[in-house]
Amino acid sequence: MFEIIDKKSYSRQTIISLRIDAPEISQKGMPGQFVIIITDKTGERIPLTIADNDPIAGTITLVFQIVGKSTALLGSKNVGDFIKDVTGPLGKAVEMKKYDKKILVIGGGTGIAVLHHIAKGYYEHKNKLVSILGARTKEFLIMKDEMKNISDECHITTDDGTEGFHGFVTQVTDMILSERSDEIEFAVAIGPVVMMKACCEITKKYNKATIVSLNPIMIDGTGMCGACRVEIDHETKFACVHGPQFDGHKVNFDLLMERQRIYLDDERISLFKSIK
Amino acid sequence: MNHDEKEEKYILINVTFRGEKGYIKLSPYLNIFELESNLPIKEGDIVDDMTCPHCGKSFIVNTMCEECKTAHVAQFIVSAFSKLIPFYICTKYGCKWHGLSKRDEHLIKIKIPRQEMSAQDPKLRINNFDEVPFGYNMEMAEMEAARCMQCKKPKCIEGCPVNINIPKFIDLIHQGKIIEAARSIKESNSLPAICGRVCPQETQCEATCILGTFDMPVAIGCLERFAADYERSMGSIQIPEKKARTEKKVAIIGSGPAGLTAAAELVKNGHSVTIFEALHESGGVLTYGIPEFRLPKEIVKSEINYLKNLGVRIRTNMVIGKLFSIDELLNDQKYDAVFIGVGAGLPIFMKIDGENLGNINSANEYLTRINLMKAYKFPEYDTPAPRGRKIATIGGGNVAMDCARTALRMGAKESWIIYRRSEKEIPARSEEIHHAIEEGVKFKLLTTPVRYIGTKNGFVKSMEVISMKLGEMDKSGRRSPIPIEGSNEIMDIDLVIIAIGAGPNPIIFDSTPDMNLNKWGYIDTIDEFGKTYKDKVWAGGDIVTGAATVISAMGAGKKSAFAINEYLMGDASHLSQNSY
Repeated sequence: MFEIIDKKSYSRQTIISLRIDAPEISQKGMPGQFVIIITDKTGERIPLTIADNDPIAGTITLVFQIVGKSTALLGSKNVGDFIKDVTGPLGKAVEMKKYDKKILVIGGGTGIAVLHHIAKGYYEHKNKLVSILGARTKEFLIMKDEMKNISDECHITTDDGTEGFHGFVTQVTDMILSERSDEIEFAVAIGPVVMMKACCEITKKYNKATIVSLNPIMIDGTGMCGACRVEIDHETKFACVHGPQFDGHKVNFDLLMERQRIYLDDERISLFKSIK
Repeated sequence: MNHDEKEEKYILINVTFRGEKGYIKLSPYLNIFELESNLPIKEGDIVDDMTCPHCGKSFIVNTMCEECKTAHVAQFIVSAFSKLIPFYICTKYGCKWHGLSKRDEHLIKIKIPRQEMSAQDPKLRINNFDEVPFGYNMEMAEMEAARCMQCKKPKCIEGCPVNINIPKFIDLIHQGKIIEAARSIKESNSLPAICGRVCPQETQCEATCILGTFDMPVAIGCLERFAADYERSMGSIQIPEKKARTEKKVAIIGSGPAGLTAAAELVKNGHSVTIFEALHESGGVLTYGIPEFRLPKEIVKSEINYLKNLGVRIRTNMVIGKLFSIDELLNDQKYDAVFIGVGAGLPIFMKIDGENLGNINSANEYLTRINLMKAYKFPEYDTPAPRGRKIATIGGGNVAMDCARTALRMGAKESWIIYRRSEKEIPARSEEIHHAIEEGVKFKLLTTPVRYIGTKNGFVKSMEVISMKLGEMDKSGRRSPIPIEGSNEIMDIDLVIIAIGAGPNPIIFDSTPDMNLNKWGYIDTIDEFGKTYKDKVWAGGDIVTGAATVISAMGAGKKSAFAINEYLMGDASHLSQNSY
């Protein structure tokens, strides 16, 4: 059992951040790695990327958007409640070192939470960051200050223009790369699949390698079931053990989107049943 | 054949029939029910009284058989063989008789038919996940136990990978000491209720049973299951005595059959044992792989509870290789030895076109969703499982049978097994194939898929298959399948389960570069005890041999535990010598 130590919510409570007591995992969790959680006895195993870890306090932070029954149930838990199972850290960590040029970090929606953990790692390795954060509207923008604190420059975009640039992160990415592509070492893009796909199309134009973090359906998270099959450069990989970070220019995003929708009907049944 | 020998064949019994004294003569050599009498007795008549030809005691024999509600004459040649308690059993099933000579006893034994467990009707059981066979009742168990010849040199023990003293526990069942029988099994096997269900006895203990040479072998598996179930249902599970604590710590990675067995053996020897399990429930393949209808999870839980009561600590949600490396277990957490029993859990795909379409699952995924995550109870449980009307399982092993049978229970209208060789090579147990056929699973042999075709939403809708013929023997000793060109056809299918085997999961080795692996990625061991090339580390089960059976993994766990114990105790005596 894993106790919830702290809880925050954003974006009209559609995005939840939980700090969980997990001393052993917090010692090992590296940026880019994830955990599998089961909220209660009848719960399913859901993968959530570690958004932060504090080895001294012995906690990890998970940030997630409420999209279905399991995330709603997890989001309904409060400080002092327990989560049945937390397994991790799983997946490969992002390689951390000092790069010569700046790193372009692009985040959208809840992806910003995952991006922040990786960006913070780069920052602690003395890298200079150019960040672009996007959301639908101003109040859906999360971790803006945390990102600003570690970035050389931080661009904000909103779909409706309520804050920063009126438009998408891809447009700002295109602008930055068209002006000063040679200042940028590589890019990291984390967010909804459509966003990552669009970002990769832009960065490909400028020949800037781009790391993306994939979130397919998973069960065990240890390479046992193959539910998280993704195609990288036409080759099948398991996101749980080979990823979840991959070279975005080689990812088959369309397949990822199709595979994310396999259980859409069941997810609806589950959600409706829980609402009743 | 001379006269004297012929005389010996008969058993003469004094009887009273309708008030008249007389005798009946029985010929057990030809047929135990062959009857001669100076009285007008026919089979089916009830005699008033009879004497045992060996001890001379008489007993009243007007009891009716509870099973068939009639009393046959031949019924009265029944009594316990080895004990002097006369009791009857219907001739339909066999006979027991006190005071028989060893020879007569054997002759009668071979006449007892093998007791077959009754099972759920196939038409009903495809609508539920309840266990298929019902198990023996007490009478069937005693009858079956009576069949055992109690060989002086029992071959069955050699056939058992964990060397259970089979004649001993069967004799205990025969004497009605069922709980003692269960405890006797547990001296060599900590998981009897599981082994009784999933061991391939027909290729192991039962294959070497002497009765099998002229009739059906003793149903050792069914008896093992009966003893274990009886003990559990009576709430009589007892914790055996353990040796004195040694202060030695052993880490076991994986809580499947190999790990559980090694843990039981080591904890009994007084060591402190911790099992690290990656999933949230322990049991490994027993929990995530083998379906409920073949191995109820309550039984797995109960057997694991037995180990916990023995003192084994199980830590779930621990992915060794990620959370801790083997070196950290040895150096930082001060374990004195490590046993790796992580199995072969990496699903193999065929790498053909369309394999990543929706509703194409590895057997691991399909079974894990349904068994471990209880998707068959969706939406009560949150995890869904793919459903199809016409499903195809690729492969011919036990796992494939499990998937095909599970699919029927999940509502499939048609469930096909697609296997690339012929029925002669099919690797599944005959019992599993038999059950699958009974339930309506269809077989398409000498066939393999070449590509999958999807709907516009990315779900599989059909597959192209090709027929095969068998060529030369390959390295595995089986004839290798060769595609017949131009034999391609399209099968409409809306769910595919790939059950063509599993490989080693490299996750544990990424952090252990000094582990020697063979070319297939399995652990290289130095000796038959599973010692690896890494100091203080042993390994056993599928991670050494590649995918095999539950019991062979248990055998390996037991062997390694023996070596680990020797190593730990050798070390201890060495230390105490120095300190004196």
